[in-house]
Amino acid sequence: MNKKSDYKDKPTRREFIHIATTTVGVVGVGCVALPLVTQMNPDASVKALAKVEVDVSRISKGNEVTVMWRGKPIFIRRRTDQEINKARNVSLKDLKDPQKDEDRVKKGKDEWLIMVGVCTHLGCVPLKQQGEFGGWFCPCHGSHYDISGRIRKGPAPVNMEIPNYEFVSDSKLIIG
Amino acid sequence: MRNFFLVILTSIFICTNIFAAGEATKPLKVDWSFNGFFGKFDRAQLQRGYQVYKEVCASCHSMRYLSYRNLSEVGGPEFSIAEVKAIASSFQIKDGPNEDGEMFERNGLPKDRFVSPYPNEKAARAANGGAYPPDMSVLVKARAGGANYIYSVLMGYDEKPPSNMKIEEGVYYNKYMAGNKIRMSQPLVDGSVTYSDGTKPTVSQMSKDVTAFLTWTAEPHLEKRKRIGFKTILYLLIFSILVFLSMKKIWSRIETKM
Amino acid sequence: MSEINYKPSSAIGRWFDERLPLLTLFNGHLMQYPTPKNLNYWWTFGGILTFCLITQIITGIVLAMHYTAHADLAFSSVEHIMRDVNYGWLIRYIHANGASMFFLAVYIHIFRALFYGSYKSPREVIWILGILIYILMMAAAFMGYVLPWGQMSFWGATVITNLFSAIPLVGESVTQWLWGGYSVDNPTLTRFFSLHYLIPFLILGLVVLHIWALHVPGNNNPIGIDLKKDGSDTVSFHPYIVIKDLFALVIFMIVFAGFVFYAPNVLGHSDNYIPADPLVTPAHIVPEWYLLPFYAILRSVPDKLGGVVLMFGAIFILIALPWLDTSKVRSAIFRPIYRQFFWLLVLDVFVLGYMGAMPAEGTYLLIGRIATIYYFAHFLVVMPLLGFLEKTKPIPLSIADPIISGSGNFAAARKDKSAV
Repeated sequence: MNKKSDYKDKPTRREFIHIATTTVGVVGVGCVALPLVTQMNPDASVKALAKVEVDVSRISKGNEVTVMWRGKPIFIRRRTDQEINKARNVSLKDLKDPQKDEDRVKKGKDEWLIMVGVCTHLGCVPLKQQGEFGGWFCPCHGSHYDISGRIRKGPAPVNMEIPNYEFVSDSKLIIG
Repeated sequence: MRNFFLVILTSIFICTNIFAAGEATKPLKVDWSFNGFFGKFDRAQLQRGYQVYKEVCASCHSMRYLSYRNLSEVGGPEFSIAEVKAIASSFQIKDGPNEDGEMFERNGLPKDRFVSPYPNEKAARAANGGAYPPDMSVLVKARAGGANYIYSVLMGYDEKPPSNMKIEEGVYYNKYMAGNKIRMSQPLVDGSVTYSDGTKPTVSQMSKDVTAFLTWTAEPHLEKRKRIGFKTILYLLIFSILVFLSMKKIWSRIETKM
Repeated sequence: MSEINYKPSSAIGRWFDERLPLLTLFNGHLMQYPTPKNLNYWWTFGGILTFCLITQIITGIVLAMHYTAHADLAFSSVEHIMRDVNYGWLIRYIHANGASMFFLAVYIHIFRALFYGSYKSPREVIWILGILIYILMMAAAFMGYVLPWGQMSFWGATVITNLFSAIPLVGESVTQWLWGGYSVDNPTLTRFFSLHYLIPFLILGLVVLHIWALHVPGNNNPIGIDLKKDGSDTVSFHPYIVIKDLFALVIFMIVFAGFVFYAPNVLGHSDNYIPADPLVTPAHIVPEWYLLPFYAILRSVPDKLGGVVLMFGAIFILIALPWLDTSKVRSAIFRPIYRQFFWLLVLDVFVLGYMGAMPAEGTYLLIGRIATIYYFAHFLVVMPLLGFLEKTKPIPLSIADPIISGSGNFAAARKDKSAV
């Protein structure tokens, strides 16, 4: 490579080595960026907290508890038959984000409504048993949710989110 | 003048190794599987080492910075998820407060930190005649000789103290311990644990296994570090050649010889 | 400089440049800047140091996202970084070893300046700015070492802050003010964290001034002579110097990577993996390797105040160097006697470093004292006298011009002669 005549080489060959060097250098910088970016992702200790276990045996009908999951409130409501009927008698045409109440609970566990208690508008926590539909009401910007957690009125675009969960027994619930 | 680099580097090495040496007897050298450029842990050894830690060391030594989930992570003992769940649930964890405001005990989960044998340092000292059994999470990195030193201390109980050395009550002679005196009685004897894989539980074997395990707890990303390190240096070598050629090409415009 | 004639090639570039001449600035200082063409690889460490500073700032910002500056949580937050944070171990090892690499580079940079007389007129301000940067680096490194809150962090902080208690009358008040209490504790840790985050940006500002001051007279060079006005002695910074600096940087990075990936803790002290304990002092308290020579000077004086004064004197004496050196000739290539003393100084600093790591007793202490005496004698006696006593060798008229033959010390110059 370091022959005397090198500088007389055709420009294409001269360019090739510079292009190769630049390309390899850019790839290297890209590889350095990777750890600097991913370090901000959830770390291993955060990911390990992705599941919570809840004992629901002490919740009576018509009551609800709030538990923390991934730093967010989870509403666990044991609904009365009356509330279930009310939720199911709503016509889908009246809903902003049409979804049957049956699709928001586990089959055979219809009394349990388990959802992420975060308003889908901008992330506030709605108040229970308030608003025009007997469900939840978000005080931040006035979103009304019904007893199935579905958006009925106000700026929120969709129903409150249902997390992954399962009942490992009648009394034990695992969220996540 | 070019040797200047070398002089500096070797001097740094000498300077930093000075306090490592001296004092106690030079530690035994072990050909660890995790040594060298491509060093990796021996999974079976780490699993055996965990058994030794759990059955012998853990009765006095805490492991505060580890969680049970770490035992299944890549680059470690790599127990299966089911095994880790079983290990974790064999421990009782204090949790709470519950809705009634009371603390309660529950079975451990993979996310939980290793359960410490004592609630605090004072309790640990009280139970051990004033000596504090150090936390083992980063012990290998916290001792100058590293893995070799830990292994040597575990192996250093056999010899009698020199006749001019006075050994007090509750203190033991150890050939490799810094200062040759140790407050811990010999922790391992042949057959202290029973290995399920049929490995013979000699003192030397158990010491090696637990030391390997402690090396992993101190440096859980060691394998990944060496793997990425090899790729990085390989990349830099190739890149340096390319840059060198580019440089020659550019400088050839004004210099015919270089 | 040719920047006067510069016009950005694109219309947007011209529009912007007329309003804020950033492109002209970059072109003048990073592209067209005329650089002596005989610079050797010892001159590449300026670029390497810039890389080190930027690396430390970037990795430091990342670490600050995960670190907790509290005496009860600092150690475990560092362990959290090492274990749980994605690539946290890599970023922390780069930052920790980066400090050592930074000092390795800065020492080479300083000794290069000493050898080639780069501190002499008209470059005194560059040199003084450089020394200020070096002092700030030591402050930043010391405070950074305290942050993991291990045994060496704690006791290092205790010993170094106690230096200020040697000040007559107000010493005790000063140390309590530094600590924010009656010993090194949480208030000390949080203020060190705050300052550790601040200082690199001060350094960055000084680096800009350092380079600005450098670009007024231009680089010194191995021959140490002023360049000819017609530009025949220089090449443009880009691409010639850029590519050469890059090559040296990549080689430097190989050494750096070797430490980070294969010996990440060899430059640190194992005791710093033991959480800080105010009741137990480690057997040997030693600072990081790059502070050892000054530590040796401190310990070589049996008097508390004297030791502190001498240690700070050893650093600040460098500021006066441009005036202590009375020689008219810059480069040691043409100063046969100074060159011997230069290497003696290099050896002396290594000896001091070694003694700083040894226990302060017996022969170690004696050698440390002799080395301390030489250190000061070098700057206060040897350098002023040599300017008058030394018979320097004949100096070539320019880098490119034919030079007086018959001396083996003109290798660098001769090489360039044949190149043209």
